[in-house]
Amino acid sequence: MSEREVMEYDVVIVGAGPAGLACAIRLKQLNADRSVCIIEKAAEIGAQILSGAVIEPQPLDELLPGWRDNKPPHCIPVSNDSFSLLSKSGAKKLPTPPQTNNHGNFIVSLGALCAWLAPQAEALGVDIFPGYAASGIHYTQDGSVGGAIIGDMGIAMDGSQKASYMEGIEIHAPLTILSEGCRGHLSKQLIKKFNLDADCDPQTYGIGIKELWQVKPGKSQPGTVAHSIGWPLDKNTYGGSFIYHLENDRIAVGFVSGLDYPDPNFQPWEAFQQFKNHPKIKPLFEGGEILSSGARAIVEGGYQSLPRTEMSGALLIGDAAGTLNVPKIKGVHQAMRGGMLAAEHLSEHADGKGYDQALRASPVMAELKKVRNIRPGFHRGLWLGLMNAAWETITAGYSPWTLKNHADHSAMQKLEDYQSPERNWTQRELAPRDRLAAVYFATTAHDEDQPIHLQITEPDICISRCTQEYGNPCTRFCPANVYEIISEEGNTKRLQINAANCVHCKTCDIKDPYQIINWVTPEGGSGPNYQNL
Amino acid sequence: MKILVGIKRVIDFNVRVRVKPDGSGVDLDGAKMSINPFDEIALEEALRLREAGKASEVIVISIGPNACQQQLRTGLAMGADRAIQVDTEEKLQPLAAARVFLALVEKEQPGLVIVGKQAIDDDNSQTGQMLAALWNRPQATFASEVVLEDQVARVTREVDAGLETIEIDLPAVITTDLRLNEPRFVKLPDIMKAKRKPLEVIPLADLAITNDNKLTIDHYAPPASREKGIMVDSAEALVAELKNRGLL
Repeated sequence: MSEREVMEYDVVIVGAGPAGLACAIRLKQLNADRSVCIIEKAAEIGAQILSGAVIEPQPLDELLPGWRDNKPPHCIPVSNDSFSLLSKSGAKKLPTPPQTNNHGNFIVSLGALCAWLAPQAEALGVDIFPGYAASGIHYTQDGSVGGAIIGDMGIAMDGSQKASYMEGIEIHAPLTILSEGCRGHLSKQLIKKFNLDADCDPQTYGIGIKELWQVKPGKSQPGTVAHSIGWPLDKNTYGGSFIYHLENDRIAVGFVSGLDYPDPNFQPWEAFQQFKNHPKIKPLFEGGEILSSGARAIVEGGYQSLPRTEMSGALLIGDAAGTLNVPKIKGVHQAMRGGMLAAEHLSEHADGKGYDQALRASPVMAELKKVRNIRPGFHRGLWLGLMNAAWETITAGYSPWTLKNHADHSAMQKLEDYQSPERNWTQRELAPRDRLAAVYFATTAHDEDQPIHLQITEPDICISRCTQEYGNPCTRFCPANVYEIISEEGNTKRLQINAANCVHCKTCDIKDPYQIINWVTPEGGSGPNYQNL
Repeated sequence: MKILVGIKRVIDFNVRVRVKPDGSGVDLDGAKMSINPFDEIALEEALRLREAGKASEVIVISIGPNACQQQLRTGLAMGADRAIQVDTEEKLQPLAAARVFLALVEKEQPGLVIVGKQAIDDDNSQTGQMLAALWNRPQATFASEVVLEDQVARVTREVDAGLETIEIDLPAVITTDLRLNEPRFVKLPDIMKAKRKPLEVIPLADLAITNDNKLTIDHYAPPASREKGIMVDSAEALVAELKNRGLL
C-alpha cells in the first residue's frame, strides 16, 4: 500500500459527542495555540447521537458560562418528575428515587445539543470533520498510540476499489482522545491491546431505544419527566422507560433494557413497543405522528467496570470509558466533566500521564462510587434489586462491599436451560408496525456496495451451534432487523446480514453469546441521520 | 475559460421530508442539509473539465442566507477555485434566481454555466432554461455527456425517447442529469485548504434584481396516507371484493 497522506495535530479526538466536544472546547479555552481536531463518522454533528435526555447543567455552566442566555434548541427546564411501577394494565406511582430528582435539570435533545456545541468549538479554532470515520489506530514505532487512521472511501462490497475510491489519510498527534461513546470500536481494540480492563470487572450495558413524537395538541406538558419500571419486563430483566415532554407538542419516549437479560427469546425492541401500547401510556400518542426513532447501547458497569482510561499516547473519555451514572439515568454531565478534566489535565501534563488517577480522584468517580452497588443488585431480580437500591441510597454507598459485574454475553442462557416467561404481550396499534418501519424513521443510509461492517469472525457457528443452543438471538436483540436467518432450498439455512439497516447501536457486538460479531465502522457518513434525538 | 456552477442548499436526499403541522412548509428542524445532488454533479463536471485543461477557473455560486456558506465550502473543498454567496433571507423563485445568475454572468463573463437540471426541494427545473433565455445563449438540458471543443460543446441529452446529441455554441448553459458523472469524495486536507479559498458575499440588494415572485404558495400538504389493506384468502374473494368496490 502506498504511504498515506498525513495531517498533524496536537490532539486528535475521535467522536463529536458531549465528551469530545466539551474536551475540545476546554482544550482551546486553556490554550488557543494548541491544534485540535475532531473526527466524526456521522454525516453531520449530532446525527448519530441518541439519548433521553435529561441533563444536569453544571458542566455546561462551567464550560460556557453564558449558555443559559443562548440555549440550544429543544432545551427546557424540568418542571415535574414521576416514577411508576407498571403492571400489564395498571400503573402505581412510587416515590421518586432521590437520584432521579430532576429539579434544576433540563430536558434536551442531545443531538441538537451537540450540533449547537460544534460551531462554538469551531469558533475557538477546533477543526471538526463530520462524515469521516476513524477506522484504525496509528501506532508509533515504540507502540504508543500516535493518531487515527481515516477509513478509505469508495470500496466495493467485494473489496475492490470503485471509480470513486479515495484512500483515507492518517491524522498524527502526540495525544489521541477516544470519545466514541459506548462500546467504541477503536476503544474496544485499545482496551484489549493495552489490557486496560485487567483490574476491573467486565463492562456491562443496556440497549436504549427511543422515538420522538409529534402528539396531538394539548397532550404534551413541557417539562414533564416520567420514568417507569416493571411491565413489560419480567423480574429477571432490568430496565425501564422514560417519557420526556418537550415544547411544540413533542414527546420523547424510550425504553432501556439491561443487556444482562438471561432469556434468549427476549426482544428489546418489542418490549419498547409493548410499553408504548400500555393502556396508561398509549393515549399520549394516539392521533400523533412518529418523527424519528433510533437505538443505542448505553454503558452500565459504572465504578467497578471502569477500565484504566489512559495508555501511552491516548485517553478514553465519556461513555467510551464508561462514566455513566445508571441510577441517575444520566451520563452527559459525567461525559462532559470527564472531557473537561482531560483537557485541564493535559494543560499540566501534555502526554496525558496521570489522567486516570486524576479521574479517579475527581467528582466523576465519587459519583460512580456512591451508587456502585445499585445496578448489580438487580442481578437477583427486580424486588431484591429495589430493596438493595433503597439500602444503598440510605447508606449513601458506604456499604463495605462492592457487588460484582459480569459480562452481558455470558448472562444469556441456552434455550434448553431457560423457560421463557409467559409474556402475554398485546396486539399493538401505534406506529411503527415493525423494526423495518422503525428503521425508516432512523433515516439510516449506507451505500449498499461496500464491505459488510458487521464482521462475523466464525460464521460456521451461526447456523450450527447458535441455532441449536440459542436460536439465533441476533435476529431478536438487533433493533434494526439487520440479522435474518433465511431458509433456502434443500432445507439449508443461512444468515443474511442487512448491514444497510444498521443504526450503529453496537448491541450485537455486546450481546452475541459467542462474541463472534465485530462491529467496525462503515464508510464515513454512513449510518443513521437522526433528527433531534 | 471560466465556468460558473450554481449550487443550492437543500434538504438531504436521505432525510424523511415532513410537512409542518400548520402546513406552512417543510420541517427543516434538525434536518441534514446538503448540496442539491444534481448541482454536485454539475460541479464535478466543471472540475473534470478544468482538470482536462478545458477551463481555467471554476466558481461556485449559491443564493441564500449564511447557512449556504456550508455548501459553498464543500464545493471549494471538492475543488472549486472560489465561491460567491448572494446573501438573502428571501426565498427566490426560478425567474428571480435566473436573474441573479445573469447579473453574475455579466460580471464574471464565463464561457459556460453548469447547473443541476432541478433542485430536489422544489423540483422546478426552470432556472437553467430561464437563464439561457435571459442571457440569449444556447442551452443543453439534462446532459449525460459533455464534450468541449474549441467554441462548441457537444452534449448528449437524456430525452424521453432515449439519448439525443446536440452541438451548441459557447458561451452556453448546461443542466446536468444523474448519469453525467459520480461526484468525488472530499479529501480531508482539502477541507482545510477550502477554508483559505475566497468566498465573496454579495447582498442581493446590490444586484438590483427584480424579485417579483409570480407564484404564491398557499399551503403544503403531505400525500394522503394509504388506508390499511385487508387480507383475502382466495382469488374468488379478491374478485368479489374488487367487484364490490366497483373496481371490476
